[in-house]
Amino acid sequence: MKYAFFPGCVSKGGCPELYQSVKQVYPRLGIDLEEMTTASCTGAGVLQEKDLRLGDVLNAHTLAIAEQQGLPIMTICSTCQGVMSQANHRLATDPGYLDDINRVLAEEGLTYHGTTTVKHFVWILLEDVGEQKIRQSVKRPLTGLRAAPFYGCYLQRPSAALGFDEQPARAKSLETVMALLGAEVVDFLGKSRCCGMPLLTINEPGSLKMIAHHTSDAKEHGADVMVTPCPLCHLNLDGLQTKAARRERREIDLPILHLPQLLGLAMGLEPRALGLNRNLVSTKSVLETLRVA
Amino acid sequence: MLTTFRIRRFNPESESPQPYFEDYALVTERSDTVLDALIRIRETVDESLTLRCSCRGAICGSCGMRINGHATLACKTKVAALASSGETIHVEPMNNMPVIKDLVTDMAGFWEKIRHVQPWLQPTGPEPEGEYLASPDAMNHLTGVMGCIMCGACVSDCAALEVNPDFVGPAALAKAYRFVADPRDGSGSSRLTALNNPNGMWDCTRCMECIEVCPKGVGAMDRIMTLRAKGIEQGVPSTSGSRHTEAFAEIIERKGRLDEPMLAVRTFGLTNFKQMFSFLPMVLRAFVRGKLPKSGPLFRPIPGADRIRRLFRRAKERP
Repeated sequence: MKYAFFPGCVSKGGCPELYQSVKQVYPRLGIDLEEMTTASCTGAGVLQEKDLRLGDVLNAHTLAIAEQQGLPIMTICSTCQGVMSQANHRLATDPGYLDDINRVLAEEGLTYHGTTTVKHFVWILLEDVGEQKIRQSVKRPLTGLRAAPFYGCYLQRPSAALGFDEQPARAKSLETVMALLGAEVVDFLGKSRCCGMPLLTINEPGSLKMIAHHTSDAKEHGADVMVTPCPLCHLNLDGLQTKAARRERREIDLPILHLPQLLGLAMGLEPRALGLNRNLVSTKSVLETLRVA
Repeated sequence: MLTTFRIRRFNPESESPQPYFEDYALVTERSDTVLDALIRIRETVDESLTLRCSCRGAICGSCGMRINGHATLACKTKVAALASSGETIHVEPMNNMPVIKDLVTDMAGFWEKIRHVQPWLQPTGPEPEGEYLASPDAMNHLTGVMGCIMCGACVSDCAALEVNPDFVGPAALAKAYRFVADPRDGSGSSRLTALNNPNGMWDCTRCMECIEVCPKGVGAMDRIMTLRAKGIEQGVPSTSGSRHTEAFAEIIERKGRLDEPMLAVRTFGLTNFKQMFSFLPMVLRAFVRGKLPKSGPLFRPIPGADRIRRLFRRAKERP
């Protein structure tokens, strides 16, 4: 199980604990990674606001590198995954467009044939690693921990580009993994809604309202912790939670974990090794629930 | 097959006008749509159940409602697809608009926003003797957006509208795109300048709910992104949204990956002390936890960033 690893900008920037934790957990699952160091940012849907074709050129460049290596790509970010899935979908379904993009790549000696698969870590866990191996890796079941999932828009929509028709289990992949680790999954409507991150630049009060609403709602449904496969959601839900709580005059204090951090806890790894001390909302209550020193 | 429908009821004329849920168990057939079932409930179980419908064939757009948490047309949703193992089907009125009674919403605000974008052709120059002509090639790309049946599903599930009711919304913006991209329209950049105002095209949060729930494949958010691109291309005044996009693109072109602090500074503006200062507590906490990203000259480009720069340059030289 070898993948070309696409870490994404945020795991190398604002959320280094995500990169740190995924490095801790993947070898224990029989996964082998080769990091893509020359691949660019996907554009995150932002570059695509200015020039969709330019975004597709950059992603075709990444997809072509992995194709040359003969490896599928592993992402650890809902946004990276969604943007690359959409680009791949456009390129795979329109041969004329693929030719157009390849003309731009040609001068770099690259051609993309449309064969690279791109998978988020949470899909890899279910589809490639498998339930049995995940269960075997659990050394400290998350019994008693009530965890709310938060997917990130790009891992939910548009479902056609994300392969939900062929792999319907992807729609609930995060909940499935959380349950396999022994956590009690707290279902709430906000799990597949927007975290507010893209709205932050134009409507900060609206963005903060979304953070306060989703985190409070999860708490009211009984959650001790929220878990996300998207570092951009994490930047908002964790990084700006205190600001959102103050503005909306609520007490929230809901720890937000990256999926590999939760997985690492279930594997019995040390909280510091998983970077839990780097989350802005304290994760102490999670460790107390799990009786981790 | 016995199916339970949990329906959100609301009657403003009742003694206690509070919404509540009521369960109805109904024998359903494989061919039944949710609309068939709701009509049968009204005709055989509870005649007070109020809903709006007309064509029953996904053409008129009247039966928009939320089914299992997402807006859709009841006439296009099969009962068997949702409740093959006896699951309860949740039915609620559309969101982001006032409820008149049960499943019927007031769409006056929806129409007002559609009118706001002036959804009519505004040609300039002398009137032709016959009709205004456009080649099929120039119009083909508009067939998707012209398929909108104004059902309101996209507006119902729009996350940006939930936190900002003044946002013009996905349906109106898709309609605006339909005229901005019509080769016969002569209003030039004035439509884009109007859409550039607060509560316009930059207020979308890019959550793709509108793309997912649209029963006709209009792809409202994709149209909004094209409006943004056209706005930038035609040089409409900058907003924090457009500055964010421009700065993002420039950083990726130079470094290959994102310099996050630089993006924030360039989006909000160095002189926007109030907003920059409000983020200071978060920045300090990140610093204490050793996770403040490097920026500016300390932020190194990816290996082979010159190749990314060349790809940018060549992609801009369109064939």
